[in-house]
Amino acid sequence: MSDRILLAHGSGGRLAHELIEKVLLKPLSNPLLDRLDDSAVVPFSGRLAFTTDSYVVNPIFFPGGDIGKLAVCGTVNDLSMMGATPLYLSLAFIIEEGLPLDELERVLVSVQAAAREAQVQIVTGDTKVVNKGSADRLFVNTAGVGVVPEGIDISGSSAKPGDKVILSGTIGDHGIAVLSQREGIGFSTRLESDCAPLNGLVAEMLAASKRIHAMRDPTRGGLATTLNEIASQSKVGIRIEEEKVPVREEVRGACEMLGIDPLYVANEGKLVALVHSEDANAILETMRHHRYGKNAAIIGEVRPDHPGRVVMKTTLGASRIVDMLVGDPLPRIC
Amino acid sequence: MRLADDFRNSDLAKGLIDGIHRNSTKKARLMEFCGGHTVAIMKHGIRQLLPSTIEMLSGPGCPVCVTDNSDLDKAIALARLPGVILTTFGDMLKVPGSRSSLQEARAEGADVRIVYSTLDALQIARQNPSRKVVFLGVGFETTAPTVAASVLQAEKEGIGNYYVLSMHKVCPPAIKAILDSGEVKLSGLICPGHVSAVVGSAAWDFIARDYGIPCVVSGFEPLDILQTVHMLVSQLEKGESRVEIAYRRGVTAEGNRRALETMYQVFELCPARWRGVGTVGGSGLRLRKAYRRFDAEAAFEFDPGPTVEPKGCICGEVLRAVKTPRDCGLFRTVCTPANPVGPCMVSSEGSCAAYYLYEATDER
Repeated sequence: MSDRILLAHGSGGRLAHELIEKVLLKPLSNPLLDRLDDSAVVPFSGRLAFTTDSYVVNPIFFPGGDIGKLAVCGTVNDLSMMGATPLYLSLAFIIEEGLPLDELERVLVSVQAAAREAQVQIVTGDTKVVNKGSADRLFVNTAGVGVVPEGIDISGSSAKPGDKVILSGTIGDHGIAVLSQREGIGFSTRLESDCAPLNGLVAEMLAASKRIHAMRDPTRGGLATTLNEIASQSKVGIRIEEEKVPVREEVRGACEMLGIDPLYVANEGKLVALVHSEDANAILETMRHHRYGKNAAIIGEVRPDHPGRVVMKTTLGASRIVDMLVGDPLPRIC
Repeated sequence: MRLADDFRNSDLAKGLIDGIHRNSTKKARLMEFCGGHTVAIMKHGIRQLLPSTIEMLSGPGCPVCVTDNSDLDKAIALARLPGVILTTFGDMLKVPGSRSSLQEARAEGADVRIVYSTLDALQIARQNPSRKVVFLGVGFETTAPTVAASVLQAEKEGIGNYYVLSMHKVCPPAIKAILDSGEVKLSGLICPGHVSAVVGSAAWDFIARDYGIPCVVSGFEPLDILQTVHMLVSQLEKGESRVEIAYRRGVTAEGNRRALETMYQVFELCPARWRGVGTVGGSGLRLRKAYRRFDAEAAFEFDPGPTVEPKGCICGEVLRAVKTPRDCGLFRTVCTPANPVGPCMVSSEGSCAAYYLYEATDER
């Protein structure tokens, strides 16, 4: 086999079959996928959660993960944020002609590892190859389904005044880890992406209390944008305290250097939950015992005033608006 | 001290705030010249913590904001020339000129590339010998030395396709122009931190001496700024006017001699247009004769067209601290960061953007 992906690998012909059998199926093999029928047919009962996301991260390998791990965790997390137990994923690649085969193999290894950790199965997939320049190395799409247990009703519209805002850990790790690798910015850091599947953490939180009203993973746009979305959908105000929001020293330093605010930097393994105040401490305790919630903290509360708006008490004790992200954060010039 | 955390220590901050409240008896109008300070002040809510005796004004120290529309039009016209690659810091991309922006020019096919340093622009010139690579030189004394260094490097390597469109400005003459206009009565000046790291705190001596205005050079962390206000209040209460440094980890009296030498080796002072302030003699930097072949204005023929100012936008008055963003009829309604009318709403260091993003209007 060629050591690079060729256009013919996406043709549906012999090379395509060779790619599927030798490269794709090997690490991902499971009885449902191995059938290679046009659709996966799976037994199912209950309320279905269904989501999809495309992954175009640049670079495709970054400290703490790669596009494969991200594609699994991102979709698993979107299901988990609804309280669903993720079950099955689809996996589709759009590959730029010329991608080294070993890079695709490395991505598959991490897809497999992430799927195993999240206890989900990849049951269907697709591969397309496009001309050089028509894609940037590798794009991945995953869709996922899960089942929402009885009695759970989580939604961005369900936050209520009095709810406590719990954040599962430090913010900005993913965005800064990826930025540090970007051509033109490149700075050296020991920081790793926080990319992780959160379904295990969510299951334990739900075991502690069903009164989780709203939950999101603050990915693109960061914590600030996620909280604004919830404030606006639930028509409530949210007040957080700067001092309580955990930010790693490295992330803060890099943000200062680049002129961006960690509140707007992407995370891939964090969640923010708005929960009934009576259960907040129990949920927090549970989270802190989980590997992905060790630095969890109550960072604020939901308020009846200033609906649709997020306000932050600054370290100095003043307050300021926290708005949605506008455009891309660009490094400063002076 | 660790930069990010220790300089935000809330106990130390409280001590300084208490001190300011105890000491301040006279009415004081303090201007922070630098846009970076404006952002820090708004972001940390510092104005809310100061006594009512102290009024804070934001000055013109945002290089993107003070770039005149006529200069922006030049950059946009240059970018549209065939064979040209225009390289720029990201902040300039969205700033609207008279008719268009670099972002729009790029969408229409112009080759505009964001760089993070002049060395990236040089690299693009090396990699594209058949194209002409122009670096958009916007910035104060903090940026100009690095642009000068890129010109020297281009000369050393014999890179013949690298040009600079110099719109650089130096700060002291602009402050002088504002003070001389008499429009704004200041009682104290928060001097820019990064600019002072290059020019040295002595560059502000004339303000303390000739205008009797206390000056303190500040860093950008909350504690730096509170310390600066504390020092300004102390001088004011004692009736003194001196230049002091509250940013000793970055600034000395004499500044960075090497950077200044490099800057003046390549550039010389010239008049420059400041948005809102007008033309200020000796406040711009143009390439010296020996380096004229790197000057994009001399090397290209282009027509920037007539200059048009956006209707209703008061960025000019905001930059002179005569008005605040809240006085603008477009603020928050027509003009937002997503849909900016004037540069002060575009730049991450612009006053309008800082007010828009951080001011908790309904919490006061």
